[in-house]
Amino acid sequence: MILWLLILIPILAAPLAWMGQQWSRNAPRWIAIGTLSVDCLLTLLLLSQDHSVQTSGHGSWLVESHSSWIPRWGISLHLGLDGLSVILILLTAFIGLIAIVASWTEIQSRVGFFHCNVLLAMGGVIGVFLAIDLFLFFFFWELMLIPMYLLIAIWGHAHRRSASFKFFLFTQAGSLLLLVAIIALALLHQHATGRPSFDYADLMELTVTHGMAWWLMLAFLIGFVVKLGAPPFHSWLPDTYTEAPTGASIIFAGILAKTGAYGLLRFTIPLFPGVMSEFAPIVMGLGAVGILYGAVLACCQTDIKRLVAYSSISHMGFFLLGAFAGTELALQGAVMQLVAHGLSIGALFMLAGALQERFQTRDMRQMGGLWGMTPRLATMALFFACASLGLPGLANFIGEFLVLFGSYSAQPVLTILASLGMVMAAIYSLGMMQRTFFGQQRETRIASDLSNAAFGTLLLIAVLQIWLGLYPKTVLITTKPVMNMLVQPVVASPNLIHQPSESVSFSTIFTSQVSAP
Amino acid sequence: MQETDNEHVFEKGEMISLLWLIPALPLAGFLVLALFGGRFTRQQVAWVGCGSVGTAAFTTALVGREFFQGFPDRESYHQTLWNWIDTSGLTVGVSWYLDALSLLMVAVITGIGFLIHLYSAEYMAGDEGYARFFAYMNLFVAAMLTLVLADNLLLLYLGWEGVGLCSYLLIGFWYREPEYGTAAEKAFIVTRIGDTAFAIGLFILFTQLKSLSIQQVQSLATEEWPVGSNLATIVAVLFLIGAVGKSAQLPLQVWLPDAMAGPTPVSALIHAATMVTAGVYLIARMHHLFALAPLVQEVIAVIGLATLLLAATSALVQQDIKRVLAYSTMSQIGYMFLALGVGAWSAALFHFLTHSCFKALLFLAAGSVIKSLHHEQNIFRMGGLRRHLPWTFWTFLIGAAAMSGIPLITSGFYSKDWILWSVWSSPLSHRWIWYGALLGAMLTGLYSFRLIFRVFFGEVRTQPTGEPGLAMRVPLVVLAFLALTVGFLEMPHTLGNVTLFSQYLSHALPTMELLPGMDESSEAREQLAVTVSALLGIGLAAILFLPGSNFSGRGADLSTGRPLVTLLQSGWGFDRLYDRVCVRPWFLLTRNPGELLDRGYEWLTVGAESCHRWMSHTQTGHVRWYATTIVVGTLVLLGLFAM
Repeated sequence: MILWLLILIPILAAPLAWMGQQWSRNAPRWIAIGTLSVDCLLTLLLLSQDHSVQTSGHGSWLVESHSSWIPRWGISLHLGLDGLSVILILLTAFIGLIAIVASWTEIQSRVGFFHCNVLLAMGGVIGVFLAIDLFLFFFFWELMLIPMYLLIAIWGHAHRRSASFKFFLFTQAGSLLLLVAIIALALLHQHATGRPSFDYADLMELTVTHGMAWWLMLAFLIGFVVKLGAPPFHSWLPDTYTEAPTGASIIFAGILAKTGAYGLLRFTIPLFPGVMSEFAPIVMGLGAVGILYGAVLACCQTDIKRLVAYSSISHMGFFLLGAFAGTELALQGAVMQLVAHGLSIGALFMLAGALQERFQTRDMRQMGGLWGMTPRLATMALFFACASLGLPGLANFIGEFLVLFGSYSAQPVLTILASLGMVMAAIYSLGMMQRTFFGQQRETRIASDLSNAAFGTLLLIAVLQIWLGLYPKTVLITTKPVMNMLVQPVVASPNLIHQPSESVSFSTIFTSQVSAP
Repeated sequence: MQETDNEHVFEKGEMISLLWLIPALPLAGFLVLALFGGRFTRQQVAWVGCGSVGTAAFTTALVGREFFQGFPDRESYHQTLWNWIDTSGLTVGVSWYLDALSLLMVAVITGIGFLIHLYSAEYMAGDEGYARFFAYMNLFVAAMLTLVLADNLLLLYLGWEGVGLCSYLLIGFWYREPEYGTAAEKAFIVTRIGDTAFAIGLFILFTQLKSLSIQQVQSLATEEWPVGSNLATIVAVLFLIGAVGKSAQLPLQVWLPDAMAGPTPVSALIHAATMVTAGVYLIARMHHLFALAPLVQEVIAVIGLATLLLAATSALVQQDIKRVLAYSTMSQIGYMFLALGVGAWSAALFHFLTHSCFKALLFLAAGSVIKSLHHEQNIFRMGGLRRHLPWTFWTFLIGAAAMSGIPLITSGFYSKDWILWSVWSSPLSHRWIWYGALLGAMLTGLYSFRLIFRVFFGEVRTQPTGEPGLAMRVPLVVLAFLALTVGFLEMPHTLGNVTLFSQYLSHALPTMELLPGMDESSEAREQLAVTVSALLGIGLAAILFLPGSNFSGRGADLSTGRPLVTLLQSGWGFDRLYDRVCVRPWFLLTRNPGELLDRGYEWLTVGAESCHRWMSHTQTGHVRWYATTIVVGTLVLLGLFAM
């Protein structure tokens, strides 16, 4: 039940936020904040209550909710939570809160509809992190897409039209591949056992011929990598991140990229372990290329949001490198990188948005010397530039270094190439600081510094960055069992907890089964 | 109850468990200043800034005293605060490791660091970023302390990068000047190249040995890798690149002269107590590893020699007082590398100790000169300051004398002599290296006293405002005292034979073996050569640069015009070389914000659009045209079916 609550609270609150516009301008914002805070607290509750988090693994869910939906096609309403999803849901709710604070002053038109879309997208993303029926998963996957499209198309900047088209086309193309592969899997299951099934546990046990697995894996890979924004499927990303309003940029980079990463960890790697191990070096290569390609292009940019967008490509390259290295250490690093990147990129987009709001430009050539005028903004930018260049003691460092430590044994050359990204990260991060905050002051307009709310939010993110940088155990211990299962040699995981219920009555649809391992 | 507990602890002499406070205090100082510095008065800022480092120095004294008492039963002390990372085979703690080597470093960092902080309290008094300055300085000291106290390489790396960040912040402290910002970026990026090599070394080390603890890694490496094995050599080379970057040695030395952009106390801190000595520390700390790679050790010696000569010749022709000192640091660190390369670990660390004293002294005295001349740094616009700034003059003179190694009375003599003797007598060395180092000793005297004669003698060119106040004078006097006396901790066999320092460090570092046939008489002869060469340099300086001497006019020429001089002034043209080879290609690469892959996708849309345009031509609105195409189409289809 609690899992459905996590999804339904934001979705049901969405129309409420829309209506809230009539009461007051800020009502939708407070409704959204309240909703996401409740989600945040619920997730924290799940984390703290269930100490067995540490023993959960792939296919053995901490909390599971299962009821059938369309039994004829083997589709069920099946949600499951494990260490990986709980961390990502917590991140989602938190980043959502940041996004709302960041758009507090920026969004002034159609406030209700904006927050309605944000909440719908949140609901979709949380659904993606929870669904373990592939049909349901795809449903949520598409659900989050449409509000995101609207967020850019309506509230975006000057080139929002082309950016939103590009975003939609790329992600829809990826989704299409995914859909085909999902249906193919269900049909293959029918072929093998006589009944179709979209259920994760069933499909895990499915054995597919090598050639077939190859093509399906490719579809699953591309479908998810598009969201992650790794070259050569990244072309939509800089445009979208740049043209989206601040809040949406934060959600895109902080959360949406994570759904792709999650998909790779949850589906691509465990479903096709055989071909994946053959293909892994290529994906790792893609990761290394992404790191360098993103970093070089970040160095080219004059638009501050574009710079941050390309840095995001570079950072997600570390995820790809680690996720496919096949060692537990690298996988742990990859997950850490997701969390760390979510926090740092959210803050950086918030800062870029604050700059744009104050000076009506994103062009760093027109900025400079802002330290004296906006010291709070500058200090925070310095902090997150350091996070982005991987300064030890902050969370990004843990992610990157665990990935590199873990990947070296698998692919030494690629790891060394990826390490060069550290030098380039220094170049673009410090270059950004130099061009905006240091040097001679070009801007003569008087601008106010960060508001207390924005400063407080950024400070909170900074504290989390330091906390995770010095005590990463908080995340690592939760995800360890899941990552451990991922590197285990292929065993058909006997899902002992999973007991499919056949009845379709309303009473069972919303019952959850809390597993007690 | 609690008080008695504390007393109990004190009586049992467990002060050493306060070790964690040493890096924590400056860090706390940084946090306080960063969060509340804006609301403090200047005096409060100075109290917090100096106080945190001062108490750290005091704690070091307490810890050190107890640590000494533990000899020889307890040679190291280990303290774990918490497990930093503990997952999937990688276990590193936030843990400190204290032994003779790290205690020496900590003492220098906190002691000299405190004096520099005290000096800054007055030097920076008029600056708008007073709190920011002290916050960065505190963080700098905290990072450096983390570096030297770390028990594992990852924590060391944290300090290592932290030091790099702080140097970036402080070099670019006056952020309104774009050139300063460029210098700061240059320092960070050049050292980061070294850091990345260091990191790759860590990856290899961990993959091979499954550990990152400094002690464990070295014992494992010694067990598993034979001397001269490929792995040991590769890791040692990567660590060396890291060390070379931080310590500004060839070929990553280019950042140091530009790093003079920061306020003068920052230069003192970077050159004397933190940052540039990190590379020396790393190599000394990992000496077991380097011992496994004799080839790399030889490379270290050659790098040291090359850097010391390159920097000394460049120092000879600089016009900026701080740049002279910057090149002199490179040169002196070169001596330390040379000593490390020939296996004279203790000698390198002894030179580190004396160098920190006299180099901090020189920078602070130079700062006093600069401040009294309204931020004039060109030595050709200085002169005759001897009478106007007597405190500064005498302390600067002591610093320069120590750097040139004036025999018997200065500390620099004892440390440099020890290094040269080691180079002479080490089985790892060559004779030509010794000759090079001897030439360096002569050049040191030459450039040090060129500075003295230019700045303090002759006619007054810029009118000074007067002597500094007490907060600046006290550090100068203390450092001058140290620059004269720390040398007496270790005196050669031929002079007094004091071995306090080498005995102390023998708890942490191996002593060097001598070549056979090295006795006191050969040592005496070698020392005579060193003494003569240093005095020769000073004498030459007096002939060339002392106003009133026959050649002083020609000496002035040394700094202008001629191609060779220009080459030397630019630090042997490395900047230009790197500009051509790296910087310009990089800017060429990153000139265009568009990207290639995106172009590919654009072709897709262009293709789709042109298809659309092409097809739309068929929609003409003429019935005749439609009828014709329908008929033709039908016929073609029928034809196809018929076939």
